[in-house]
Amino acid sequence: MNIIISNSSNIPIYEQIKEQIKNKIVSNELKKGEMLPSIRSLAKDLRISVITTKSAYEELEKEGYVETVPGKGTYVANKNTELIREEQLQKVEGLIDTAVSIAKISKISKDEIRNMLDILYEED
Amino acid sequence: MENVIEIKNLCKKYSGFELKDINLNVPKGMIMGLIGENGAGKTTTIKAILNVINSYDGQIKVFGKDSKIYEKQIKEEIGVVLDDSFLSEYLTPCDINKIMKKLYKNWDEKLYFRYIEEFKLPKDKISKEYSSGMKMKLKIATAISHNPKLLILDEPTAGLDPIARNEILDIFQDFIQDEEHSILVSSHITSDLEHIADYITFINNGEIVLTKTRDELLENYGIVKCSKEEFERIDKKDYIKCRKNRYEYDILVENKEDFKIKYDIQIIDKPSIEDIMVIYVKGEK
Repeated sequence: MNIIISNSSNIPIYEQIKEQIKNKIVSNELKKGEMLPSIRSLAKDLRISVITTKSAYEELEKEGYVETVPGKGTYVANKNTELIREEQLQKVEGLIDTAVSIAKISKISKDEIRNMLDILYEED
Repeated sequence: MENVIEIKNLCKKYSGFELKDINLNVPKGMIMGLIGENGAGKTTTIKAILNVINSYDGQIKVFGKDSKIYEKQIKEEIGVVLDDSFLSEYLTPCDINKIMKKLYKNWDEKLYFRYIEEFKLPKDKISKEYSSGMKMKLKIATAISHNPKLLILDEPTAGLDPIARNEILDIFQDFIQDEEHSILVSSHITSDLEHIADYITFINNGEIVLTKTRDELLENYGIVKCSKEEFERIDKKDYIKCRKNRYEYDILVENKEDFKIKYDIQIIDKPSIEDIMVIYVKGEK
């Protein structure tokens, strides 16, 4: 598993960790029930403070992505994949909404946007 | 959270220097970095915790016990690395082992030699012939081989090159893999603590200026860069200190996002601990 931290980024380090782990859960790279590294070993490997990794895990737990079993460790939660998908869908819808309103102001046509989408989708 | 060190209202007067009402807690399982310029009071505070200075006012508890009354018992469970070496440089790691075995009930010979090997220290060479980095590693190995729960170090990275400093920080993070273990470490090389310390306490002129988690300090604090005209419309309560230069004003603020919303000033840098320290000491209000 890769977690890449930038010290010069404006995004707080705990948030960088949180987002990256979240993405791995959503993309199923981290599977349900899989154990995450302990707070202390992750802190050591990333060369950051224990409190920083702890905040990241706490936020992930609050949002239901992971579960902590006291004395055992932190695991990827059995969160409903449908629910995660729904959340992602909402996010995508929001972003498309912004794109469409910008397009309307600048008189960019629906077809142009469709073309753009096709190209972007084929890129990877 | 449980504290391994609790200092309440510590005062100590010397001629020309004074510790003023120091209050400090070191939570269990964490690394606390004590920063400040030379002569700010870091070493005196550490010496008070170890009960090696004569009489002071206030109370210090280590592992919840009064540090004066339970001194002996407490010292069995702490490892100490002070600036001035307490071991002769004419001793080899093997000699040190023989001495420490007699001093500590819990001395763990196997663990000690495991560290000596891990730190790549020649066993039969006197430490006078070691590099500065190796000397420090030997001191740390000696300090942690009786399985202490708390490690107290005064300026362990001073005078070491970046690679050696990095290795020392690795040792610290290894040490706290056990959540019962805590570290209090002083340094004026703030970048060392910037990454791995959980809490930062800044001591200046015998007084504690701030104690914060590393994240609060480095993710929330900001340095606003602005003109004299812009500075003049900033409310005094919205900043900590300001350093006035000829061409720009550097203003330290506690929460850069809040500040950005209130004032329309765009240039706000993410500070390093060193930046914060310098503006605190050199800035005005």
